[in-house]
Amino acid sequence: MSGNVADSAISPTSPTQTIPADLSGQMLELDEDDDLEVFSKDTTNTDGGSFNASMQTSPGSMINQYKFDEEDEEQEPGAKDIFITVDDPESHVTTIETFITYRVLTKTTRGEFDSSEYEVRRRYQDFLWLRGRLEEAHPTLIVHPLPEKFVMKGMVERFNDDFIETRRRALHRFLDRVADHPILSCNEDFRVFLSAQAWELTSHKKQGPGFLTRMGETVRAVAASVRGVKNRPEEFNSIQEYVEAFSQKMTSLDRITQRITKEEKEYLEELKEYAPTYTLWSGSEEELAEPLKGMANSLDRCYQETEEQGRQLSDCLAPALHEYVLCSETLKAVLRRRDNIQAELEAKNEALATKRADRDAEPRERGVVWQSLLGKNPEEARQLKQQRLAGEIDELKEEIDKMEDRVEWANNALKGDWGRWQRSMRSDLKEAFLSTAQKNVDYYEKCLAVWESFLLSMRAEVSEVDQRAGDS
Amino acid sequence: MMADTGSEEVAVIGNTDLTPGEIENNMKNTMGEKGTLLFRKMEINVAEAEKRTVKNAVNMQETYTVYLIETRPADAASEGTNPAPDSLWRRYSEFEILRNFLLVTYPHLVVPPLPEKRAEFVWHKLSADNMDPDFVERRRVGLENFLLRVASHPILSTDHVFFTFLTEEDGWKEMVFETGFQAKADSRLKALNATFRVKNPDKRFAEMKHYSDELQSVISQLLRVRARVADRLYGVYKVHGNYGRVFSEWSAIEKEMGDGLQSAGHHMDAYAASVDDILEEEEHYADQLKEYLFYTEALRAVCRKHELMQFELEMAAQDLSTKKQQQEELATGTVRTFSLKGMTSKLFGQETPEQREAKMKALEGQIQEDEDALKDKNTECDDFVRGAWLDIERFKDQKNHDLKEALISYAIMQISMCKKGIQVWTNAKECFNKM
Repeated sequence: MSGNVADSAISPTSPTQTIPADLSGQMLELDEDDDLEVFSKDTTNTDGGSFNASMQTSPGSMINQYKFDEEDEEQEPGAKDIFITVDDPESHVTTIETFITYRVLTKTTRGEFDSSEYEVRRRYQDFLWLRGRLEEAHPTLIVHPLPEKFVMKGMVERFNDDFIETRRRALHRFLDRVADHPILSCNEDFRVFLSAQAWELTSHKKQGPGFLTRMGETVRAVAASVRGVKNRPEEFNSIQEYVEAFSQKMTSLDRITQRITKEEKEYLEELKEYAPTYTLWSGSEEELAEPLKGMANSLDRCYQETEEQGRQLSDCLAPALHEYVLCSETLKAVLRRRDNIQAELEAKNEALATKRADRDAEPRERGVVWQSLLGKNPEEARQLKQQRLAGEIDELKEEIDKMEDRVEWANNALKGDWGRWQRSMRSDLKEAFLSTAQKNVDYYEKCLAVWESFLLSMRAEVSEVDQRAGDS
Repeated sequence: MMADTGSEEVAVIGNTDLTPGEIENNMKNTMGEKGTLLFRKMEINVAEAEKRTVKNAVNMQETYTVYLIETRPADAASEGTNPAPDSLWRRYSEFEILRNFLLVTYPHLVVPPLPEKRAEFVWHKLSADNMDPDFVERRRVGLENFLLRVASHPILSTDHVFFTFLTEEDGWKEMVFETGFQAKADSRLKALNATFRVKNPDKRFAEMKHYSDELQSVISQLLRVRARVADRLYGVYKVHGNYGRVFSEWSAIEKEMGDGLQSAGHHMDAYAASVDDILEEEEHYADQLKEYLFYTEALRAVCRKHELMQFELEMAAQDLSTKKQQQEELATGTVRTFSLKGMTSKLFGQETPEQREAKMKALEGQIQEDEDALKDKNTECDDFVRGAWLDIERFKDQKNHDLKEALISYAIMQISMCKKGIQVWTNAKECFNKM
């Protein structure tokens, strides 16, 4: 499927699904709907032609294919038919610029791929391009965010190892999410991204909707957003509210986590001095030398454990939270786009109403006078006008039909993806928090062991001294 | 265990088991086991602290803290009669007077230190204010510790001034000042700070002085680092409290995750709050270190005092040998050393035999005096050395024991902290699981 601009005709073959009121994770009940066409994975077509064909796979049927269960967010391991890894960052230096490429390795059994294994090299720009295409093709689907282009705060070198590693992981997650998505993973650009050699990708990028078409879209989108939507369905209002609050919470959590990392770094700075001071002291002592060295040793080991625990925080929890900060922005954009589509429909409806009113209105004096000035028969003029209006009205009606389908399509897509997104958000964040908590438990258990062993050695020593005292 | 030269009648063995500097509660438990004289006879408590406000000499309002010292015969507890303790109030400055008296009276002993006058090595959360209730409480404990240390010292415990400090509230100050110790205290201070050179320094004391300097330096450093570490640890724990707040807010917009988040948030709050107890316990450890930091001063003072004695001895011996030489010169008539007398006699002629006779007799007398004085001084010095070294050995054993116990209690504290951490995060994990 090519990612055509969503202006073309939509004709989903399935009627509206029954959308349950509570969107926070309720599955769409699809089985009872006989009108559904259930598509098996193989028939996802390979021709980049009609938009119609691509839209046959409506969100409802697609989700049905993959049978999301509330209990297990992921498909059964056997069902996963595409595996992607992102690794091996490499630096490329040209006269104009320096950039990093990553190796993208794909293993798949999917029919639309000619081969079962692909190895390509991609740079961040390519990922940006892919995401842009996916969003264009599916404006109201929730496409996982990419890591940020720049890191503003802190003087993080673009080619700093940690930065590259964090980015690599995020890019991997992005591709995994796309691959998991029932609709997005069938996108043609996605396939090309994974399989094409560098030059192929470049030439493919040049295809697609032309500049003018894209410009037209943008203009319309801007116009729509200026207009604003009048009758937003309640369910989207509540999603909007949720997204606002969620975004705030994620931003807070992201900030808190970064603050903790900072405090821990400073803690480590001071802790570093602890062990050496005890070692220094042990140099002046005789009987206390061993205990003091033991103390220094214990503090040293705790220091190392603390370092490692800090790494977990910054390698695991922080990126997860930050990703969902970015997700919030994505969600806001998706809601905006949906609003714009609806706004366009509303505008067209308004235009239709105006034209109808115009048609049904009594002929106005001025208009007739004008026509007669131009040398036309007033009756003839009126008929011409009516004809023109009728034609315009018919045109509009057709457009509105298509737009209504489009709005319905957009709403369904969003609703379907919303539940999906919530589930994976829950799963992602639950996992991130769980592993952080686990890491903390491990950390304290390791430190506990250190101090217990020190205590043991100290008690042994004290009883030894007491024994010697008893003997003397 | 200890180098017991046994010349004193005091039973010194068994002191090393005394642990008055340990965890507060332990102190009362270890009493009565093996102890010396006063410590065995008497239970000593610094039970309370109270603020007093009086008008002082210039009619201005002065606020200070007094401490209630309770004493009770030790066997009363075991007999089960439990009579009311005798008690009196003392303020910190009186403790200082007592200690100064002891320092002056027993210069060869390592006199236990008082808790600090002003809060030092504070980490920012703790107040450096002397009126702060936490500071007053820790000082109360420190003062009790001081009294117990003195009471368990083989020699100090027998001191009458110490005894009356514990038993007679009124008139004690006047009595102490009447002993005239203040003058000695001033000259002692001067001597401690004077610079002089000893020709044959005693190696042991020199080493001990060096050790006390090292110990002072390293414990100071340790206390500084500890304060900074405590500060940072506080920050780490407290920021986690924000998780609690945000989880709670977040749970309000979630349906499935709400409960899990809410309860996880409570655990984050608990985690953040737990650091207060942790750091308070650590203060006890810091106080134990501080006691030995202050002990180094006392140790150093003994070494310096010995140095001074040595110096004075050397000066006296020098003096004596000069006089003896003069005597010899007078006797033989040769002038080997330069003296004004010699020069004048050269210039103005020899003196009469009678004059010389008188001079020789005077010198003979002086030499005899000086020799006796030197002998006394030598004995004094020997006694000092013997007594001091005995006490230093006692102190060393006490220090080793106490510091080992301190390290043990630190480890116990860390273990407790780790266990708390394990519990909190395990609980949080369960909550996250429910998300």
